[in-house]
Amino acid sequence: MDALLTGFELALTPQNLLYAVVGVLLGTAVGVLPGIGPAMTVALLLPVTYNVSPSAALIMFAGIYYGGMYGGSTTSILLNTPGESSSVITALEGNKMAKAGRAAQALATAAIGSFVAGTISTVLLVALAPTVAEWVVVLGAPSYFALMVLALIAVTSVLGSSKLRGFISLAVGLTIGLVGTATGQARLTFGNPLLADGIDIVVVAVAIFAVGEALWVAAHLRRRPLEVIPVGRPWMDRTDWGRSWKPWLRGTAYGFPFGALPAGGAEMPTFLSYITERRLAGKHRAEFGKGAIEGVAGPEAANNASAAGTLVPLLAIGLPTTATAAVILAAMQGYGLQPGPQLFEAEPELVWTLLASLFIANTLLLVINLPMAPLWAKLLRIPRPYLYAGILFFAVLGAYSVNFQWFDVALLGLFGALGFAMRRFGLPVLPLIVGVILGPRLEEQLGQALQLSRGDVSALWGEPVAVIVYLVIAALLLGPLVLRLIPGRQGPERLEDDIDALEEEVRS
Amino acid sequence: MSAPADRAADPSASDHPPVDHPPADHPPVDRAQYGLAAVLAVVGVWTVVDSAGLGPGFADQVVRPAAFGYVIGSGLVLLALLLAVATARGDRAEGEAGEDVDLSSGTDWRTLAGLAGVLVATVALIDWLGWAVVGALLFAGAATVLGNRHWVRNLLIGAVLSVASWYGFYVGLGIPIPAGVLDGVL
Repeated sequence: MDALLTGFELALTPQNLLYAVVGVLLGTAVGVLPGIGPAMTVALLLPVTYNVSPSAALIMFAGIYYGGMYGGSTTSILLNTPGESSSVITALEGNKMAKAGRAAQALATAAIGSFVAGTISTVLLVALAPTVAEWVVVLGAPSYFALMVLALIAVTSVLGSSKLRGFISLAVGLTIGLVGTATGQARLTFGNPLLADGIDIVVVAVAIFAVGEALWVAAHLRRRPLEVIPVGRPWMDRTDWGRSWKPWLRGTAYGFPFGALPAGGAEMPTFLSYITERRLAGKHRAEFGKGAIEGVAGPEAANNASAAGTLVPLLAIGLPTTATAAVILAAMQGYGLQPGPQLFEAEPELVWTLLASLFIANTLLLVINLPMAPLWAKLLRIPRPYLYAGILFFAVLGAYSVNFQWFDVALLGLFGALGFAMRRFGLPVLPLIVGVILGPRLEEQLGQALQLSRGDVSALWGEPVAVIVYLVIAALLLGPLVLRLIPGRQGPERLEDDIDALEEEVRS
Repeated sequence: MSAPADRAADPSASDHPPVDHPPADHPPVDRAQYGLAAVLAVVGVWTVVDSAGLGPGFADQVVRPAAFGYVIGSGLVLLALLLAVATARGDRAEGEAGEDVDLSSGTDWRTLAGLAGVLVATVALIDWLGWAVVGALLFAGAATVLGNRHWVRNLLIGAVLSVASWYGFYVGLGIPIPAGVLDGVL
């Protein structure tokens, strides 16, 4: 508690508060732009945080993160074309509300719901992360190795529709992670000294998210403009509050645990929240499909709660479970910080400043963004040539500012082409990014584990935690197969089908 | 993804007339996926070959520098084979949808080629001309290729953006981006 108060003291200095405000504004402005999801927002804005002190960078970063999330939901409500899977469900009822002239209420319940969910989840994060870190810090290399394998398998096989494509994406990511110098020898560097330090993860992330997306959209640009619904200042009346507060809390209850699990992601909890609200809606049930406020309040809260939940494994163990978390991990490594249990011991002030600034960013979001919503909505009308030219512009600026070398810009183009191909062939982005980040660390932990045991492989399952984690991995991989063999019991498959059906409904 | 989009994405299929829709139960093979499988296999083989050329590392090192390369490289080759088999059995890629994406029309290769040209020019010129000049050209070029033909206005917006971002990084963030040919002017 004292530590958190110290964190607030550090985060609330006028200068740091300014960083937070700038972060929230930038994050929302970029996040609200169509086609830009939170992960791309964070990746594009990384260079902005390069040269400030780590604590200021983290504070700004918290603002960018929450701003980007909020911006994404505004886009899906007003445009009805969600940029990422986690906003699909919000768009479902949100856009119907907007079309029925209740855009202001939809935006308000999304914003306030995000605030409520974000605050509760950050409290849970503050309570949980240090405990998890304490528990994890005693683990040895074999357990870390197992946990990382779990994270890789989870992001690859649990999310997404095609496991084959997930593993292809993962393998490509691991290959990119191989590039560089291992024990004094150049690996996959083609003899190029510029590759000796490996490929900067920032360049890879910006290329895959931003350049790949810009090229993909350019090849399929919608020539007729989308319909943007005009919006006034968001507000809710008493009935809306009455109908919103329970879905907010239930959505938070779904979102946080799912986010905190290694197989996180917001897809599942937002969907569960939606069907729960539809079941519990009572006399408002008929409104579902036509713009029910519960259907916006619950999923939006679940989305934000799961975003905070993903910070538990990220900060306490150093495991990223979503694309955004992966970029945050890359950013922290860029600041010279290694997320994980050691961070809590080595840099307690920084960690608590980050946690405190999450509260501050969340509050600022509400204070700044509710009045500014009509302005943000105007950004949706930005002409597409300018939007995507701007994305390319900032992507190149970001890559160039890493080392001021043309070579990084060339890599950006190369991986941008890869990002395009991934979108063409339906390869998921997340396994690749997580593979690039975790691959080298996986090798390091394996090396340490076997070094200590002098090459005895059985050391890998010599710790109880490692054994448990391997059992979980086996369940993840074999579970769906077993379920399919039992006739009449196809739970997970049906859920996926349901999500597909809902997505169809949104698009039509 | 609808059939016409895939035809356009796969140049080898473009000789078919676009109205020739195949029956739904017999979708055509997504031939571009063989290309992807081939690229994956080549990368995998190269990774294994590169790993084989590495020295043994330190004497007491248990996990040799080549070990991960062998595993990942052979994994890539295996996945490439699986992808080729899946493709032959009718597996089709589903292109990613998005806010500004219209998958019902084919791939616009002209725009793509234009953007690729702009990016290549950026790479070639950035060290020589500096960010302020190249950034402006990049923005104007990309916006023009993407369909906004007011190139003078695009150039002006690009110039404002690039000079502002240069000063923003240099002065505001303390990130000294080289000025290139404009050294001394900015």
